[in-house]
Amino acid sequence: MQAYLDNSATTRCSEGVRDIVVKVMMEDFGNPSSRHDKGMEAEKYLREARMDIAATLKADEKEIYFTSGGTESDNWALIGTAMANKRAGKHIITTAIEHAAVIQPMIYLQEQGFEVSYIPVDRYGRIDLQKFSDAIREDTILVSTMYVNNEIGTLEPIEEIGKIIKEKNPKALWHVDAIQAYGKYRIYPKKLGIDMLSVSGHKLHGPKGVGFLYVRNGVKIHPLILGGGQQKGMRSGTDNVPGIAGLGCAAKEAYTDFDKKVTHLCELKQFFMEEVQKIPDTVLNSLPGDQGAPHIVSVSFAGVRSEVLLHALEERGIQVSSGSACSSNKKLPVSPVLKEIGLKKDLLDSTVRFSFCENTTKEELEYCLQQLKELLMVLRRYSRH
Amino acid sequence: MFHAFLIKYGEIGIKGKNRYLFEDALVKQIRHALKKVEGEFNVRKEQGRIFVESEGLFDFEEVVEALQRVFGIVGICPVLKVNDEGFDQLSQEVIDYMARVYPDGEHTFKVNARRARKNYPKNSMELNADLGERILEAFPNMSVDVHHPEITLNVEIREKIYIYSKIIPGPGGMPVGTNGKAMLLLSGGIDSPVAGYMIAKRGVKIDAVYFHAPPYTSERAKQKVVDLARLVSKYSGPIVLHVVNFTDIQLYIYDKCPHDELTIIMRRYMMRIAEHIAKETGCLGLITGESIGQVASQTMQSLVATNEVCTLPVFRPVIGFDKQEIVDVSLKIDTYETSIQPYEDCCTIFVAKHPVTKPNIKVIKRSEEKLQEEIDEMVKKAIDTAETLWVE
Repeated sequence: MQAYLDNSATTRCSEGVRDIVVKVMMEDFGNPSSRHDKGMEAEKYLREARMDIAATLKADEKEIYFTSGGTESDNWALIGTAMANKRAGKHIITTAIEHAAVIQPMIYLQEQGFEVSYIPVDRYGRIDLQKFSDAIREDTILVSTMYVNNEIGTLEPIEEIGKIIKEKNPKALWHVDAIQAYGKYRIYPKKLGIDMLSVSGHKLHGPKGVGFLYVRNGVKIHPLILGGGQQKGMRSGTDNVPGIAGLGCAAKEAYTDFDKKVTHLCELKQFFMEEVQKIPDTVLNSLPGDQGAPHIVSVSFAGVRSEVLLHALEERGIQVSSGSACSSNKKLPVSPVLKEIGLKKDLLDSTVRFSFCENTTKEELEYCLQQLKELLMVLRRYSRH
Repeated sequence: MFHAFLIKYGEIGIKGKNRYLFEDALVKQIRHALKKVEGEFNVRKEQGRIFVESEGLFDFEEVVEALQRVFGIVGICPVLKVNDEGFDQLSQEVIDYMARVYPDGEHTFKVNARRARKNYPKNSMELNADLGERILEAFPNMSVDVHHPEITLNVEIREKIYIYSKIIPGPGGMPVGTNGKAMLLLSGGIDSPVAGYMIAKRGVKIDAVYFHAPPYTSERAKQKVVDLARLVSKYSGPIVLHVVNFTDIQLYIYDKCPHDELTIIMRRYMMRIAEHIAKETGCLGLITGESIGQVASQTMQSLVATNEVCTLPVFRPVIGFDKQEIVDVSLKIDTYETSIQPYEDCCTIFVAKHPVTKPNIKVIKRSEEKLQEEIDEMVKKAIDTAETLWVE
């Protein structure tokens, strides 16, 4: 039996996505910037994808910009707005558990003279709203928070964050990294007060190497990639038409039968969390029910190195992710997220993330749980002293 | 400008009646090294020399780089080949050569002519003198020094005329394949690839064995070892890599023996298995990357304890090297970057906090007795199920 339980790393392409990608590559392969009929044909795909995506967000299609994926969307949102708004102030706020695609641009901006405040989180990765509120200043130009944490699945209090920003400094722009959330939640940026939203295609059965950034009309942002002036000069480079068509299809599919899929995910998660808890010396890092994302469960198994468990599971056809990779004799970076939530030191290296998709079955989880029980018995016997 | 290389070799010139064997091995290794270089190359022996020639286009740097990895080569001389169209034309070619290779025009030199084709109208002495004169006329700032010249300009009269003066250093050593074969214990660290390189340099063909311990070591760790073997094979030629699954043995030792002796007992079994495969495949020795005192398992006492299980000689070419010295070689042979990728190897997964540093063989043997029941079967299984990879 096989069980791919690493859907937060990436997902398998859907058949619909595959078909449209192949069609664009093989038949409608024109460059949208070309004036001839092939170019026009290709442009149609961009327009359609933009419309389909805008519809999922209840946004204007002019607010959707295609990128090379989540990392570029995050980079562009942060650096592009910080640079465009630096006259208004140089203070930026983010959380301590952001993805590297946010943290690294923040470090870059610090080097460029911006001041960045990192707001701490609680045991389950939820932002400290009081500290967040206190951190907002007159010269705060940008706030970046994630919707769902990629390692432990925490759902951040998005509505409250939006309210606090509006109340304390309505001029500050707000970027949301929704890479793990889009397709799992109905996200309406205008209603929530979100100015920019990053999404990646391959997390929702779309192709790799493509994503988008929602940018609310009127947001002052500089382009990062300069060139032929595609996408209104905001993101140059020949449009990745097959990727974008695939992304549009994936977005549409993600919000088709949406409630049914999410209910299924929630059931899977509840079942898995209940069962995995029965294994002795196990710590759950994810929140149950609707307090956490429906597709991510992070578990620490005391006394077992996550990488070893990962490889043992892989031998039995199960793919998961180790929350962090580090070994006793080589200093590898421990996951900052797990450290931030105050996970005990000896559990840092024993944490595994299971992540599901709508095609995951209860049988697969039962198989995984069965293998876990067997393997943990053996692996816990052999450990480093 | 260059269409040929004259290959200089050192030590193999002195091997008496076996000389041709060494030269043939060198030719073979050169051909192998040039296989991956774009272009058609003709490698031939001629009157105690080896020439690499090409009629077509090739990338000079690429050829030199490939040749610099062939053990046995002491020097690589880029050669200008010209047709014999009379002495005046030859003088002009020589002057052009000097102008291009030494554009600053200020050196001491001597001409070293060789008349291999005896019907050429001038003899070697005359050629030396006459060509020297022409060079002096063309470059007023050059001067002749027959004892310690900065430039020795070689002019060889054959069917065509060969002109060369520069010697690009080669790696030295002996052609691989002239000194038998040995089995390298390749771990994925910095030291073992260097050890393999050093023994290959002495003309020894290399095979390798890697101990894989899934799930404690990952497929990526194994891939890293394959990558390292490939890097070493750029020098040593193709490597047969034996991947031995060591997990069961390791866990069995863990179950039965004191934990502070784990590493040493494990290494003794690695040596036993490596030696077994070595003997089966015609290897004459084992190679390890051990260096005295580097870690607990490489103290003198530990070396004695691991050595004790083998009858084949164990070559440890970096035994007296400091870590930095080993790192320097690994940087030179380009294995360092790969070696430092952080994947755990099977030596470290169960390492005790305080392993024995002065193992007593009697004590170790007594511990190993506890393995009696199943270990032979396990060792046999590990050997029988070993995966064999051809790496080049």
